[in-house]
Amino acid sequence: MKLEQADVMWLDAHCECSIAELVRLSGLSEAELRELVDYGALAPLNPQEAEWTFSGDIVLTVQAAGRLRDDLELDARTLALTLTLLKRVRELEAQIGELRAQLPR
Amino acid sequence: MKYKDYYQVLGVERDAGTDAIKKAYRKLAHKYHPDVSKDPAGEEKFKEIADAYQTLKDPEKRAAYDQLGRYQSGQEFRPPPDWSRQFGDTQFSTDDIDLADLFAGLAGRRPHAERRGGTFQMPGQDYEVTAHITLDEASRGTTVDLRLTVPEYDQQGRVHRVERTFKARIPKGATDGQRLRLRGKGGKGLGGAPDGDLYLNIALHPHALYRVSGHDLYLDLPLTPWEAALGAVVEVPTLGGSVRLKVPAGTHAGQKLRLARRGLPKPSEGEGDLYAIVQIAVPTVLSERERALFEELAKGSSFNPRGHFEQEIRHET
Repeated sequence: MKLEQADVMWLDAHCECSIAELVRLSGLSEAELRELVDYGALAPLNPQEAEWTFSGDIVLTVQAAGRLRDDLELDARTLALTLTLLKRVRELEAQIGELRAQLPR
Repeated sequence: MKYKDYYQVLGVERDAGTDAIKKAYRKLAHKYHPDVSKDPAGEEKFKEIADAYQTLKDPEKRAAYDQLGRYQSGQEFRPPPDWSRQFGDTQFSTDDIDLADLFAGLAGRRPHAERRGGTFQMPGQDYEVTAHITLDEASRGTTVDLRLTVPEYDQQGRVHRVERTFKARIPKGATDGQRLRLRGKGGKGLGGAPDGDLYLNIALHPHALYRVSGHDLYLDLPLTPWEAALGAVVEVPTLGGSVRLKVPAGTHAGQKLRLARRGLPKPSEGEGDLYAIVQIAVPTVLSERERALFEELAKGSSFNPRGHFEQEIRHET
């Protein structure tokens, strides 16, 4: 499923997104996105190919990256570290949510 | 239009230098940026801080702001009569904009605006709104009515704050915290530039019975001590109606009994699971007969749920 072609789309792992679409959605340049990939903050689905595609759930991450770059004036290295830490926070929050759901009322 | 004291927002003096303004902004932005802050009021607070900084960091805009005069924050005011002639080339009504729109609309400073072949071009703004829906609505899919007040630019590049209503179809598969992108449903692009998108944040209303984790649901399942010990078949409510669940003999408190594919439907295919978390419920008031039976059980049973205490303590020492 290609993100560009759909009008209504869940931003999750079931859709794919081209690097050009990520540029449009985030305001980051392709060079900045490639730098974030180099630092390990983003991972394409097909790193060996020239035309990268990404999982649709990455859209929210790159939009946050665009806002953080603009609002906090972060360079690519700091941005990559921030995104990595934010990802860790989201994972821990999801774990807390799952454990909380299992607690009796 | 309501006045906002941008110096007060950033916590700086009116004669503060650019460096002091930048430092104050950075400190507050790190604290309230919506992508890093957990403060529920953070987003609104950050917008105020960012608006203040966008105006005060630019000497021309800051001069224009200072020329507005001084009022109490929140006080209704109008710019001086010659203000727009002095600082902008656009005519605007001060009734349908706020202070941030006023400064964003100053000539040549519209965000992401550019001229191509003499035509004023600007991509439409992305809108983001939270849709609160029930678990049943998430399960079936639903249509929500949304109302947003947004700044919009007309063909002359003048800003207006307008109320827009949307009817958005949320397909089944939603869960708490999920995002839906409605392509082209944001602000209108100008001069042939693309329209913005509308992003829906899905927030589920808490349910009286179910707790949600992703597409899985959790439900407390109270059992009597004898149902847990002997096993039983009990009715369990699910989103699709009640089902009969076989509780195996020897079930203990806290055990998770899985009802496969009885959770929320997933966007692509399949469903989450429903987990019944066992609680052992004991009657708080006993009839004479019940008391007698429990006493008989107490006398006749050799079961000791604390048998491991002594063993573990011995092992530790």
